[in-house]
Amino acid sequence: MPQSDVTREREGSPWTGLWAVVAKEMADHLTSVRMLILEVLILLTATGTVYAATQNIRNTGNDKFIFLKLFTTSQDPIPAFVGFLGFLVPLTAIALAFDAVNGEFNQRTLSRVLAQPIYRDALLFGKFLAGLFTLALVLTTIWLLIIGLGILRLGIPPSGEEVARGLWFLLLTIFYGGIWLALAMVFSIVFRQPATAALASIAVWLFFTVFWGIISDLLAQTIHPIRIGLPEEQLAQMQLALALTRISPNTLYLEAIIATLNPTIRSLGFVLPMQLQGALLGAPLPLGQSLMLSWPNLTGLVAATILLFALGYVLFQRQEVRA
Amino acid sequence: MSAEVILETKNLTKLYGDFVAVDGLNLTVRRGEVFGLLGPNGAGKTTTILMLMGLTEPTDGEVRVLDLDPVRQPLSVKARVGYLPERVGFYDNLTARENLTYIARLNGLKRQEAHERVAETLAQIGLEHAADRRVGTFSRGMRQRLGVADVLIKRPQLIIMDEPTQGLDPEAAREFLDIIRRLKETGITILLSSHLLYQVQAVCDRVGLFHRGQMVLEGTVPELARQVLGGAYRIRLEAHGDDLSAVLREIPGVLAVHHDAPAIYDLEAESDLRAEAAAAVVRAGGRLFSLNIEESSLDEVYAHYFQQYQREQEEVEHAAV
Ligand SMILES: Nc1ncnc2c1ncn2[C@@H]1O[C@H](COP(=O)(O)OP(=O)(O)O)[C@@H](O)[C@H]1O
Ligand SMILES: [Mg+2]
Repeated sequence: MPQSDVTREREGSPWTGLWAVVAKEMADHLTSVRMLILEVLILLTATGTVYAATQNIRNTGNDKFIFLKLFTTSQDPIPAFVGFLGFLVPLTAIALAFDAVNGEFNQRTLSRVLAQPIYRDALLFGKFLAGLFTLALVLTTIWLLIIGLGILRLGIPPSGEEVARGLWFLLLTIFYGGIWLALAMVFSIVFRQPATAALASIAVWLFFTVFWGIISDLLAQTIHPIRIGLPEEQLAQMQLALALTRISPNTLYLEAIIATLNPTIRSLGFVLPMQLQGALLGAPLPLGQSLMLSWPNLTGLVAATILLFALGYVLFQRQEVRA
Repeated sequence: MSAEVILETKNLTKLYGDFVAVDGLNLTVRRGEVFGLLGPNGAGKTTTILMLMGLTEPTDGEVRVLDLDPVRQPLSVKARVGYLPERVGFYDNLTARENLTYIARLNGLKRQEAHERVAETLAQIGLEHAADRRVGTFSRGMRQRLGVADVLIKRPQLIIMDEPTQGLDPEAAREFLDIIRRLKETGITILLSSHLLYQVQAVCDRVGLFHRGQMVLEGTVPELARQVLGGAYRIRLEAHGDDLSAVLREIPGVLAVHHDAPAIYDLEAESDLRAEAAAAVVRAGGRLFSLNIEESSLDEVYAHYFQQYQREQEEVEHAAV
């Protein structure tokens, strides 16, 4: 009974009309009040945290990677910028996609759009790309702003390696947003009410942020209980707990940016995300190796995004066009 | 009568689970025709249209639209056929021009070309004064006209409209039907669906009556009237005098005479027999007061058909008992 276009020979490219969709959706995003509010929010956060960070950095003196500290230094009571990103990025991504498909249904525009010579593939992927590009645009702007602010406040330009690490951090952040974009999009296909889709997306985010850590610990304790108290037992439990926490995109992201922004991090072992600004001793890792360290996390983020998108694609193909 | 076939279905069938939404439909529409797909809600009109557009896959049967297969060649079909969905929606936060430009771009028009085409189409449909207003502020009638503009952007060879007059006030509905007439003059083939028969009978060259997924009647309105009502022309006359039923029944071409009220006679006739009826009344010594012809309306045809259908159903049930 489900009507899937996937298995059949189809004429033409599935991406016919893709760029028309991307252009229209991006224009929508960039002029929407919703995005304006979020942009202001991110802007305030960036200025506030960076201002506080430069204050702190100037007091503590010299460092080889002083610009990276702009992102990671916190000054009580303000957390570091990356701490804010952990929820601002999901929030923005969800805001960009929670009404992607159900909005078309509710406005009764879907059948009109699909009556044009395009496939559903182009519509869905176009909406995803438009969200991702918008996110990238906003984040890049903020990134440039922070660097600019840093140059002004610190009075020195960033080194080449700092720029490279900073860009990698930007890329990771955009892909982290991609997951939430894809998730919100899936919910926008499943639920007819945009509010329901938004709540469901936020619930998932909250689950991973607040509860998943606790659940991983509990699971690890049940699966690998410590009976005698041997170090091997403890290690097994900790390793399992760590592996489980990595199911959470939040953990994947935070681990990856620690490795990128803090060159002294040599492994992504038992470092808790909250110890981001902790001064670990030892020589800084070369750029290439830091990137290698965070590479699996990036592929994990991208793979999860692709899976979610594929799920959304299948669900969307099976939907009837009539509202 | 033998113009090029624009649209053809053979034994077209759509099941939703066990439910038969469209049941073995055979339909042919020729170039330049306005064809009305008529029937009550739930008859299967929208489902049929979605299959014609390649937006839903048929369970069985064949569809050819402009000699293309909507299942295999949906892009080619959708590039040539304009579709105005039931209760069409627009992006309310965008202007009329922006809404149409998006559609033009989806049809592969370049930026400049798209702008020109949109301006041209808005003028054609009489909406240029509202081109830069947000569609959210449009009335129902304006939206429906914008829907036509939307369909015309791609310069279609065939236009399919699903319940285009639904929800319009009589004035807006009449304006809309005028638009359809004008489109017909330009030679575009039109297929429209409606459950309000009287609204569309005036613009349709041929109609198909839909019932439970089947096309139960097909033809021009007078043809259907002849088929279902027996006579295509109904003549009502008021004449005083002795009972004139017998005299009127004698006239060649009169199929039936009803005499239900004093001095009122209703004739069913094969053609316009007003002159003959008048002469007959006078000859018989009756005094003629008025003489009117009513063309049978589709509503009548439909009501009559359903009475017959229900009677048959009841008979079947009786037979079963
Ligand atoms: N997705 C669906 N699943 C099950 N039944 C459906 C679906 N879509 C339509 N139907 C049924 O098919 C029948 C025909 O519907 P439709 O084509 O919309 O009729 P119309 O347009 O003539 O009012 C209706 O009885 C409707 O309930
Ligand atoms: Mg319908």
